[in-house]
Amino acid sequence: MITAAVEEQQNYLNAGYGLKSWLLTKDHKRIALLYLATITFFFFIGGVFATLIRIELLSPHGNLVSSDTYNKLFTMHGVVMIFFFLIPSIPATLGNFFLPMMIGARDLAFPKLNLLSWYLLVIGGLFAIFAMVAGGVDTGWTFYTPYSTTYSNTWVVATALGIFIAGFSSILTGLNFIVTVHRMRAPGMTWFRMPLFVWAHYATAIIQVLGTPVLAVTIVLVAAERLLHLGIFDPARGGDPVLFQHLFWFYSHPAVYIMILPAMGVLSELVSVFSRKRIFGYSVVAFSSVAIAVLGFLVWGHHLFVSGMSLYAGMVFSFLSYFVAIPSAIKVFNWTATLYKGSISYATPMLYAFGFIGLFTIGGLTGLFVACLGIDVHVTDTYFVVAHFHYIMVGGAIMAYLGGLHYWWPKMTGRMYPEGWAKLSALVIFVGFNLTFFPQFILGYLGMPRRYHVYPDEFQVLHVLSTAGASVLAVGYMLPIVYFAWSLRYGKLAGSNPWKATGLEWTTASPPPPHNFDQIPVVTHEAYDYSAVIDEEVPVG
Amino acid sequence: MTGHIDSVKTYTTVWIALLILTAVTTTVAYVDLGPLNVVVALTIAAVKMLLVTLFFMHVRHSTKLTKLVISGATLWLAILIVLTLADYISRGWL
Ligand code: HEM
Ligand SMILES: [Cu+2]
Repeated sequence: MITAAVEEQQNYLNAGYGLKSWLLTKDHKRIALLYLATITFFFFIGGVFATLIRIELLSPHGNLVSSDTYNKLFTMHGVVMIFFFLIPSIPATLGNFFLPMMIGARDLAFPKLNLLSWYLLVIGGLFAIFAMVAGGVDTGWTFYTPYSTTYSNTWVVATALGIFIAGFSSILTGLNFIVTVHRMRAPGMTWFRMPLFVWAHYATAIIQVLGTPVLAVTIVLVAAERLLHLGIFDPARGGDPVLFQHLFWFYSHPAVYIMILPAMGVLSELVSVFSRKRIFGYSVVAFSSVAIAVLGFLVWGHHLFVSGMSLYAGMVFSFLSYFVAIPSAIKVFNWTATLYKGSISYATPMLYAFGFIGLFTIGGLTGLFVACLGIDVHVTDTYFVVAHFHYIMVGGAIMAYLGGLHYWWPKMTGRMYPEGWAKLSALVIFVGFNLTFFPQFILGYLGMPRRYHVYPDEFQVLHVLSTAGASVLAVGYMLPIVYFAWSLRYGKLAGSNPWKATGLEWTTASPPPPHNFDQIPVVTHEAYDYSAVIDEEVPVG
Repeated sequence: MTGHIDSVKTYTTVWIALLILTAVTTTVAYVDLGPLNVVVALTIAAVKMLLVTLFFMHVRHSTKLTKLVISGATLWLAILIVLTLADYISRGWL
């Protein structure tokens, strides 16, 4: 159907040239690429901080940077990676690009808001960068009071303002997705025919809209106490510091699901395509996304076990935390059940999917360790927690993000990435990741506290292993940058459906025309109906 | 969906009701009811909030989906308050 003539056709990339055609675009696909460039930039800034942290930890005596500088390094690493990379990552890039296409729409419901949300991320990012350049911030990404409001004399308000602004970017993206899913589905695209990627983004959007405003309020309160000396969190002024932790984690625990739910959505697509089967228990997987969104709001107190929160509340939150694991486990079991008797192929995206399943399982299970009140008293604020969340956020979310990027790259650019190099990088990332973070479980269990750069000599071996792993990981992350760039010019032409996948996004040209579909598709099948894919060979080159 | 606009009379009535409730809140603040002071103040605030959403924000005439969105948001606020209070109220228990 689509042949080499692809290049001559009008598509969203050749529809306009020049800076203005990008900076004022209302095309969700172009906005997705703006986001892609922006978050890649922030990923590397965050990566520089991570590198410095790992180099510092090579030696137990803290002899590269001062303690004050070290505090700033891990703070800025966390702030950048969480608020300016991982929160926007999958939704704002892959979600922006493919959510409308997957439901057969020509764009998101509010294209201008979509562009505005990108500008908000950039403006928020500029505030954060300003704070970093002006001298940095040292409160940890969690901004705990009263340190952040009364004692720290670093750029707390500037950084917090940046996060505040970026938060509105996230809210607008969520709002846009919710309205789009409700109003813009193509004829025949019923709720239970939607790809699970869309369900996952819908659930994510609910969290973004309901949770992020609380973060905004919390930031305003911190600024009010810091600048106007109101007594909200500072006990010396009649405030309560634990109130900050309640408000902060009311957003930030659900926020970890803003990071992982879209990744789970990507996984459902990858597992289904590369085992050529309908996702086992489609509707259960769909509902488990919504269940995670709801239950995720009931467990935030597991971050406060040692904060001075009442023991009874601790018991309730510990108990509730176990419930969140159920929908997460449902997904993992259903993906593996999908593999059963599937016709599995090992293309790069699938390698990332396998990586996700294994690493997310470890991250999730250790989540149960730390959700257990008694165990958490031992491991809280140690490297065990650091390893737990990196297994989920880096081993899970970033793996899925990269898997999704490889999977949809041909659609986004019209070109294939080089499969051999891509497989190599997936392998390097998997090995580097485990070498970096597995030792941290042991370190934490043995008592290595997080956020310290001076530590007992006997921990050095494990720290050196971890730093060695980080260098391998860094190489793994550089490779895709190089070969993706290379593929833009030299990659094989992809054709409209290189994976012979079922989604609507594969029924249009690669790269897609400016308005996605020449004709709005009429949907007659459920998602992942592999019995119905037309087995047409797609000519390439 | 947005076709309905209430009469000027309705709006005026609601507005006067809001003013009266404000006056009541202020008056009650000067009477010592012990812990009941907070209860009364919050109840009046909740009633005012309902009046504003139902009449001024036209939720009375809105679709079920809009009502669902509003109840959802209220429920979420309740989660925030209830679970946080679960900590504060039970701190002295042990
Ligand atoms: C499977 C369900 C999960 C459970 C039961 C769980 C449980 C926990 C608990 C109890 C803590 C607090 C440990 C402590 O500070 O002592 C924690 C920390 C953390 N978790 Fe999870 N978790 C789960 C999933 C996730 C996911 C999906 C993510 C991210 C995508 C995540 C990210 C984090 C982060 C960032 C922290 C550390 C926050 C900080 O103090 O800086 N967790 N988790
Ligand atoms: Cu949590």
